Amino acid sequence: MKTKKFGDFVTKYILRLPEEGTSPERYRALRRNIIILMILVTVIPLSLMATINYYQYQKNLRNEIITPLNVLTNKTKRSFELFLEERLSTVRFITSAYSFEELSDQRVMNRILAVLKKEFEGFIDLALIDNTGNMISYAGPYSFAEKDYSNQSWFQECLIKGAHISDVFLGYRKFPHISISAHNLSEDGPIWIFRATIDTKKFDQIISMMELDPESDAFLINSRGVLQTNSKFYGKILEPCLLPVPLGGHGTYVSEIEDIHGNEIFAAYSYFFEPDYTLVLVKPSSLILKTWFTFRTEIFFIYLASVLLIGLLVYKLTNVQVNHIKEADEKRELAFRELEHSQKLSSIGRLAAGVAHEINNPLSIISQKAGLMVDLINGGSDFSQKSKFMELTDSILKSVDRCSAITHRLLGFARRMEVEYEDLDLNEIVHEVIGFLEKEALHRNIKVELNLAENLPQIPSDRGQLQQVFLNILANAFAAVDDGGLISVKTWCDVDSKTVCISIQDFGRGMTEEELGHIFEPFFTTKKGYGTGLGLPITYGIIKKMGGKIKVERKKGEGSTFIIYLPKNTQKIME
Amino acid sequence: MSEINVLIVDDEEELVSTLAERLSLRDIRAQTATDGEVALKMIEKEPPDVVLLDVMMPGLGGLEIMKRINAMDLNIPVILLTGYGSTEQSNEGMNLGAYDYVLKPCDFGGLVAKIHEAVQSKQK
Repeated sequence: MKTKKFGDFVTKYILRLPEEGTSPERYRALRRNIIILMILVTVIPLSLMATINYYQYQKNLRNEIITPLNVLTNKTKRSFELFLEERLSTVRFITSAYSFEELSDQRVMNRILAVLKKEFEGFIDLALIDNTGNMISYAGPYSFAEKDYSNQSWFQECLIKGAHISDVFLGYRKFPHISISAHNLSEDGPIWIFRATIDTKKFDQIISMMELDPESDAFLINSRGVLQTNSKFYGKILEPCLLPVPLGGHGTYVSEIEDIHGNEIFAAYSYFFEPDYTLVLVKPSSLILKTWFTFRTEIFFIYLASVLLIGLLVYKLTNVQVNHIKEADEKRELAFRELEHSQKLSSIGRLAAGVAHEINNPLSIISQKAGLMVDLINGGSDFSQKSKFMELTDSILKSVDRCSAITHRLLGFARRMEVEYEDLDLNEIVHEVIGFLEKEALHRNIKVELNLAENLPQIPSDRGQLQQVFLNILANAFAAVDDGGLISVKTWCDVDSKTVCISIQDFGRGMTEEELGHIFEPFFTTKKGYGTGLGLPITYGIIKKMGGKIKVERKKGEGSTFIIYLPKNTQKIME
Repeated sequence: MSEINVLIVDDEEELVSTLAERLSLRDIRAQTATDGEVALKMIEKEPPDVVLLDVMMPGLGGLEIMKRINAMDLNIPVILLTGYGSTEQSNEGMNLGAYDYVLKPCDFGGLVAKIHEAVQSKQK
């Protein structure tokens, strides 16, 4: 019950179909709506899945991209920090290990520089500066005699903080370097500062260890956004960085931005604690997202192909389904009509039998009374109106005969006589039936043209019924043609050899469209006055019972053609 | 040849009386009954040479009467009268041993001929 209700609901509201009928619009609507519905129920989940996949994959890929960038940047920052811490420790060690007097000695300074150059990379020169900013001693390739640093910020900072690592600068030396300075830690005596300068070749080395591809870039900037190393795309050393870098952050993070060249890039920033540097790693999005673009293209094409395939399949399947439904509907409609027809026939049959029986009794009385009148007239003496009376009784008896012919035909129609099967040759039966009509044909000069197939397979059937069928149709044909007319009878075996066919064509007046629609209905007749309207319904009934088909063709001016198709296995069907 | 006695059994009074009169004009003595029970009593009392029996009758039907006549074992030929043509009932009547059956409305000449045939068959 629920299923039926759901079905009605689907029909009415989802498929939006009229509930009954076999009009082409209904099937068009059905086809269209099923296609739409099926595509919706398949494509919606597919699209949903594709979208979820798309975003999930994008998210995962993002994580996969960001994490290595983060790690690499962080690791490299650690390398820088280590490098600088190591140098700072060395400088601090010297301030602890040596006294001001010792370091004032040029020879000591030279020896320390020699050892440092040997043990560590990058040391260029060393200087001892007293608390007033005057350089006391110097070891290195340049000659700075009595230089005064008291006004410089690094000097002040170092005095306050105890140590200082400078930004990269060119200074007097004309190549990029940094200075690392620390003051002495002795509690007695004046403060003094020991300073070492270190070239930044090592910075470039650390960056090159990142093994970046040609499209990527990594560089250091200071807290004012000035490049501390060369950048491939965003300026030379000591120039302001062309990439806007958020300054003063903590830790390491990655952002996706557009650079001044209009390229989409992933930029990783890692902030140093001391000195105030930021390591920047830049990778173009296109390079990183190459797999993403490939995936996106693939997913798009797979999606498109799936949708097309679904569309095609849905279209084909729906066509097949709707055609099936249509065929089934048509069959049902046909079966319903046939059922209606046969029910009409059988109820009319029962009615006819009852009527015939009831009429036969009074007919018998009329017949016998009239007969008695004849007997009495014949037996009695002559009287003036004797011949007239004889005529009248004769007419009564003839009318009774006519009535009884009708009632007996009605009964025959209702009865569907018992059948006896034998293997029959259709041609033989045609000859027999034509034999019945020979006299009429001769009398009316009607030509019956026979075109009978040789070697026609025999069919098991009832001789009487087949005779009745052919006789009914031939009698109609005789009635349809004028005197001197032509009737053509043809038999053949169907191509599949499973059906035997006979056509009876009259070249008479032909039927109207309306007549054609009614000829198999009981009591419909065109033979005014002498037709019962039962011949063709009986014929129809017999042929149906035999599992055969009867078809009528009508051509204006060429009369009518009745074609009967009888299956070779008639008996089986009848049983 | 002695006079033939016929019993006509049919619920139509008009029909049996007319048939009886017509038969009498042909030297056949006909008695009539419009009811099965009455007919059976008449047969018992005075067995006729031939019985004309309507198949469809109210009350005791023709076939039931036939069975009773058979039970009497009197060897009386029965000619069935039927308004239905060759239906199962008349076939059944034939199987029960009816001499013949005649369709209503019947041809009187044919009926008379059948009565004579029946009588002759009985005499054989």
